[in-house]
Amino acid sequence: MAEPLLRVESLSKAYGGVQAVKDVSFTLVPGEILALIGPNGAGKSTCFNMVNGQIEPSGGRIFIDGQDTAGMSPRQIWRLGVGRTFQVAAVFSSMTVRENVQMALLSHENRTNVFWRQARQMESGKADEILELIGMASHADRPCAEMAYGDVKRLELAIALANDPKLLLMDEPAAGMAPRERVELMALTGRIARERNIGVLFTEHDMDVVFAHADRLMVLNRGELIAEGDPEEVRHNPQVRATYLGEGLVYDQAKTKVTT
Amino acid sequence: MSLYVVQFLAGLANAASLFLAASGLSLIFGVTRIVNFAHGAFYMLGAYMAFTLTRTLDGAVGFWAAILIAAAVVAVMGALLEMVLLRRIYQAPELFQLLATFGVTLMVEDIVLLVWGPEDLVGPRAPGLEGAILVMGRPLPTYDILLIALGPIVLLGLWLLMHRTRWGVLVRAATQDRDMVAALGVNQKWLFTGVFTLGIFLAALGGALQIPRTAVSHHMDLSIIVEVFVITVIGGLGSITGAFLAAILVSLLNAFGILIFPSISLVLIFLCMAVVLVIRPWGFLGKPVVAGHKSAGVTVRPWQPWSREARIGAAIVVAIAALLPFWLGTYGLFVGAEMMIAVIFAVSLQFLMSTGGLDSFGHAAYFGLGAYGAAMAVKWLGAPMEAALLIAPLTGLVGALVFGWFCVRLSGVYFAMLTLAFAQILWSIAFQWVPVTGGDNGILGVWPSGWASSPATYYWLTLAVAVFSVAALRMLVFSPFGYALRGVRDSTLRASAIGFSRQRVQYAAFAVAGAFAGLAGALFAFLKGSIFPDALSIPQSVDGLVMVLLGGIATVSGSVVGAIVYTAASIWLMSQTDLSRLVLGGLIVVLVVAFPKGIVGSISDLVGGPLFRRRGAGPAGREAAVAGSEGA
Repeated sequence: MAEPLLRVESLSKAYGGVQAVKDVSFTLVPGEILALIGPNGAGKSTCFNMVNGQIEPSGGRIFIDGQDTAGMSPRQIWRLGVGRTFQVAAVFSSMTVRENVQMALLSHENRTNVFWRQARQMESGKADEILELIGMASHADRPCAEMAYGDVKRLELAIALANDPKLLLMDEPAAGMAPRERVELMALTGRIARERNIGVLFTEHDMDVVFAHADRLMVLNRGELIAEGDPEEVRHNPQVRATYLGEGLVYDQAKTKVTT
Repeated sequence: MSLYVVQFLAGLANAASLFLAASGLSLIFGVTRIVNFAHGAFYMLGAYMAFTLTRTLDGAVGFWAAILIAAAVVAVMGALLEMVLLRRIYQAPELFQLLATFGVTLMVEDIVLLVWGPEDLVGPRAPGLEGAILVMGRPLPTYDILLIALGPIVLLGLWLLMHRTRWGVLVRAATQDRDMVAALGVNQKWLFTGVFTLGIFLAALGGALQIPRTAVSHHMDLSIIVEVFVITVIGGLGSITGAFLAAILVSLLNAFGILIFPSISLVLIFLCMAVVLVIRPWGFLGKPVVAGHKSAGVTVRPWQPWSREARIGAAIVVAIAALLPFWLGTYGLFVGAEMMIAVIFAVSLQFLMSTGGLDSFGHAAYFGLGAYGAAMAVKWLGAPMEAALLIAPLTGLVGALVFGWFCVRLSGVYFAMLTLAFAQILWSIAFQWVPVTGGDNGILGVWPSGWASSPATYYWLTLAVAVFSVAALRMLVFSPFGYALRGVRDSTLRASAIGFSRQRVQYAAFAVAGAFAGLAGALFAFLKGSIFPDALSIPQSVDGLVMVLLGGIATVSGSVVGAIVYTAASIWLMSQTDLSRLVLGGLIVVLVVAFPKGIVGSISDLVGGPLFRRRGAGPAGREAAVAGSEGA
């Protein structure tokens, strides 16, 4: 079998005595959309930040395109072709929408060490193409600081696409957006991912978004992978149901008490 | 051997006052997140107040009562300051907090001068502790033994206060999560006031306890604040135990440094600080302070290069400036050249602060390095002015490369304190290393080459260099490198996710700013014909900060206007009053509290904001918005 795009092997992270992520392994192939779900505190973001290089794992290994990323910083991992969006959107707020995308493009081409040419005239055509793709062409000249949060989230996707990524990491891409925007954003992401054969790993709390767009789901609880499979399998997994709806122990006990 | 033992004990005694001041600073920072620059001023006030009170209160009881009353009185002043000023700026960017408290320092300096006069005052010995005991055959003042004991006692007292009282628990809780403490119904206002008062009490006590040992002078404030900054950087901001350990370390280094390098003992502390920072960037017991770092340079409207109209406007202004020698006399041209030098210095600092979000409190270091580099090239190598003007940016650059390597590892207040400490170390080297730098007498006879020696030609030279500097730095701001620098400032997270290295970008910016500051310093040396340690001093750094603030921190090159206005105002002020520091300090406080956008920032807000803005109205509307923000 060919090397998958992303291979995670028994990944762990401990903070002091707290085991935030325990022995998580999974793979992701190009063009696949993989959702990582779980209740708050399940270790989703920690997992993400380890793949992205922001947090150093306490154990386990991560391979991107066959390359072991141990000890690599986020910017080195980005150079392997990994685009990233954040749970709380992070963009350059003192720049316009287009300039944000231009910066990612310039960095991709290693041209940020240029000291004389005007940056805003460099790569503007390519930036506009990406913005067009995301449906933000009309916003290109707007200052980021005055944009609605939903638009900022979309801009993050545009920035993440600038380095022709093989892998997109999206931490709650739809958080803070209106319901309709969410569906549109994920539909767009799905379309681009399939067209360009990009692997997408995302976390999300909105189950409509997850079940509509993910090819495969992984469920984390207390740092452990408790289920994995296509949406239908996961939906019917008893352990997942217990995690999300509770096991009914307290409820049952209370009921028993009342009846006796 | 005995000499070393006595030096060791003297060092420990010295540590007591340093620890008192540093623990107060740490305590205040822990809860309020303000680095109180005025801490040194309160230390000094404590000493002066104790001097006055010990003259009226007699005897052993009177002496110790005087010390405590002095500290208490100063603490009350601190509480008033907290209520009147600091409460207004808790939410402001760190730069403003540092500047406002520095403004208070300046005001206190002149007030002390007014009340106690310019002479050094010698306080009484502590009754009953006038003598000395023999330690291995060498005398050690009994008072020192008391101080050696005092440090651990105060540390223990603070520990008990923090761990065994309800108030202490609240303070510790607030240090970890202020919002949570507020949500639990604790009145934050009074908690902050209480902590600030306690911190000031400790500082004033530290000052008051010094009077039997050293003369009380009005230089105490800046010398102690630099040492305290060094201690808190080494010990870790917010950690009292860290402050204790670092105070001992620094005092011992001082004590032994004097034996080893008598003239440049501070170098030892610098080396020690450098080692600590490389191994533990947040100090012995400190924690990283990254969250909540607010940069002062952020605008809502993205910066734009000048439009054609604005370029023409700027060209006209430069042309008029170039014609000034036909009207102005010698003195006017001298002032004009001084303004141009201020412009170069200010824009180099603005590049660092506004574009880079790096608030340097020690930019004078590179100005002074350039000035001394040029002066020494003339004096020791017999270099002509032209060569010296090339050497100066290089010395500035090299200095910035050496110090910047440490500084860019840190951010926020740590960065500010470290830059200040480096500048102060250079200042003390220039001051103490007499054979090379001439010490207090400076280096004289640094005159321009023949062709540039007339006031008009020298003015033209400074004008040309200023125009070049502003243009070059503006070009840099709008280049990919400038954007990367701004990107790192806006969001380090995003920047690293698209392949930028924060440290590398900021290091390069630091070097560039240092080179331009060095150029300004060289022009300054040739203008005055001499150079003194003042060029490296804290006031020189602060002048630059005020120029940037006055021009507009959120603009690209508003400091050009800030530098010209500030230079004119301070020259005028000097001629009008002896209390220039009082006025300047007041000006800084007012600027920070009431006029934080500065001159150019306010104007471009009016022009680009409510007056002409038609958002999304097609190309015409965009043009108007562009024209508005580009003036910046």
